[in-house]
Amino acid sequence: MERDADVLIIGGGLNGAALGLALARGGLRVALIDAQPLAAQRAPDFDGRAYALAVASIRLLEALGVWQDVADRAQPILEIKATDGRAGEGAAPFFLHFDHGELEEGPMGHMLEDRHLRLALQDAVAAEPGITHHPAETVVAQETGPEGARVMLASGGAVAGRLIVGCDGRASGTAARAGIGRTGWGYGQTALVCAIAHELPHEGIAHQFFMPAGPLAILPLPGNRSSIVWSERDEIARGIAALDDAGYLAALRPRFGDFLGEIALAGGRFSYPLSLSLANSWVGERLALVGDAAHGIHPIAGQGLNLGLRDVAALAEVVIDAARRGEDFASLAVLERYQRWRRFDTTTLALGMDTVNRVFSNDSTLMRLGRDIGMAAVGAVPGLRRRFMREAAGLTGDLPRLLRGRPL
Amino acid sequence: MASETTIDDTEIEKFQAMAAEWWDPHGKFRPLHMLNPCRLDYITAQVAAEFDRDLTAPAPFEGLRFLDIGCGGGLLSEPMARLGADVVGADAAERNIPVARIHADQEGLAIDYRHTSAEALAEAGETFDVVMNMEVVEHVSDPPAYLRACRELLRPGGLMACSTLNRNAKSFAVAILGAEHVMRWLPRGTHDWRKFITPDELYAMLEVAGLEPVDRKGFVFNPLSWSWSLSHRDLSVNYVTTSLRPAG
Repeated sequence: MERDADVLIIGGGLNGAALGLALARGGLRVALIDAQPLAAQRAPDFDGRAYALAVASIRLLEALGVWQDVADRAQPILEIKATDGRAGEGAAPFFLHFDHGELEEGPMGHMLEDRHLRLALQDAVAAEPGITHHPAETVVAQETGPEGARVMLASGGAVAGRLIVGCDGRASGTAARAGIGRTGWGYGQTALVCAIAHELPHEGIAHQFFMPAGPLAILPLPGNRSSIVWSERDEIARGIAALDDAGYLAALRPRFGDFLGEIALAGGRFSYPLSLSLANSWVGERLALVGDAAHGIHPIAGQGLNLGLRDVAALAEVVIDAARRGEDFASLAVLERYQRWRRFDTTTLALGMDTVNRVFSNDSTLMRLGRDIGMAAVGAVPGLRRRFMREAAGLTGDLPRLLRGRPL
Repeated sequence: MASETTIDDTEIEKFQAMAAEWWDPHGKFRPLHMLNPCRLDYITAQVAAEFDRDLTAPAPFEGLRFLDIGCGGGLLSEPMARLGADVVGADAAERNIPVARIHADQEGLAIDYRHTSAEALAEAGETFDVVMNMEVVEHVSDPPAYLRACRELLRPGGLMACSTLNRNAKSFAVAILGAEHVMRWLPRGTHDWRKFITPDELYAMLEVAGLEPVDRKGFVFNPLSWSWSLSHRDLSVNYVTTSLRPAG
């Protein structure tokens, strides 16, 4: 079979681009097929979306030569304060406080606007000779067999390779076409996402308020701005999303509080219904799933992109190591190593976040008392607190080389 | 490569089924599939170091001629062919040859599979840069004579990777009782513990055969990660050696 590339990546978002770079740097030829036109990936205006990148994710971006382009636009997260609260009542007496002074790796992570990360990845993809980019192309069919893999495009063309990787999100067409089912449930919650300009400096502190309807995260951006992830029950969220900007801010103010002074919107408003969606298998015949295509989790603590980049690092390492020892890197025996490495970790985290959300999205007095005591307990024990921090920074477990900042 | 066979269609179907069995990571040869990445890492690293090849480059073993003794379904031959080597796969079991050929054809790999023995190849004057002699020596009737034939097969400066099982109480417990009787990874009677060889005995035999042993490492199974890794110190059960045929 004539092959256009070794690996066909479906989905050219953040995970797809990062995986393409990692594989191409390892010597494989990559076709990156993306339904989005280039212009959409390179939109220069701030649209309100931002990511909390864990230390390990930043190391991967450094190893790929992408972080250097965006480092001066990122805001280090110096402290995290997690507080139990009710709108209008302020913080509960106990709260969790994580200070990066307790972590030898420095800041616990960085906040980076979506537009900067997307652009830096797209620039790196364009400059990488090992990647053939197919923007604005939709995959309509795929086939895999002993001889290889092939995808058919809506434009009429076809691309042939050895391995298909689906980086196409929780509604993954790649998984659906391979007959891989999904398990999951909705939370009856919607995340309202926006950026806020505020009067007073945030001092690099990230806040997580656990409110009865769902968590509210306030994450520091460069300047006097913060990124907001505000979860509410679906019907309330729908109502808030329908308000004009003034009404939206009026609804946010009592939840946000006044510790940062006056607030105003600093970008667009987004809303995402929250759900858990796990693929029943992460690998198949000459096929692997990465990021939300494998596991769409509750976005508490901003772990979605960080988990996706962990998948990227693990899959790239497994595939490139296999190729260098002469194995058929698209064989199930090889791909199962990736699944074994990543799946347990992710499912544990997904179910853990699910439990955290269920425990905290609750207004019963007993639950409040129980979780306040729990948070105080975690907060009082430095070893336990540091473990939470290292976990959140992505520094625990058997780390792929890229997450340690080393090349493949 | 076109297979030169005169066998009929039902035979071919049987061989295809056997090839699928050889290459099924969860099937009968699961223990070999589990060990294989570790064996490949060892061989590729030793060959790259000896012949000054860059494993991150495409086809790093181009121009090197490899012999895979006891090739079976081609679990070592195929990876070496993918890395650019010219590979001859030899097996004393005749039925393995068409099976290995069929799989190599599916993979688009040109490998010269032959029903023959190390002694017969040496007799015919064939020579190689690398001889892969993995988990064979504990099955032959006269190891010293066999290793002399292996030396004849090596070009001056050539490299042989030779793995086998150590002979001690632990290897009896692990390789015979554990692998054959408890885990049933291998059919009973696969190994005769009395034919296992200690690393020092193997080094001595290699030297008597005119080879220069240069490296030995253990293959160690970790039941927590359910995978094998290389060990500098633990050669107590499975181990592997590298030896060279002195140039000149």
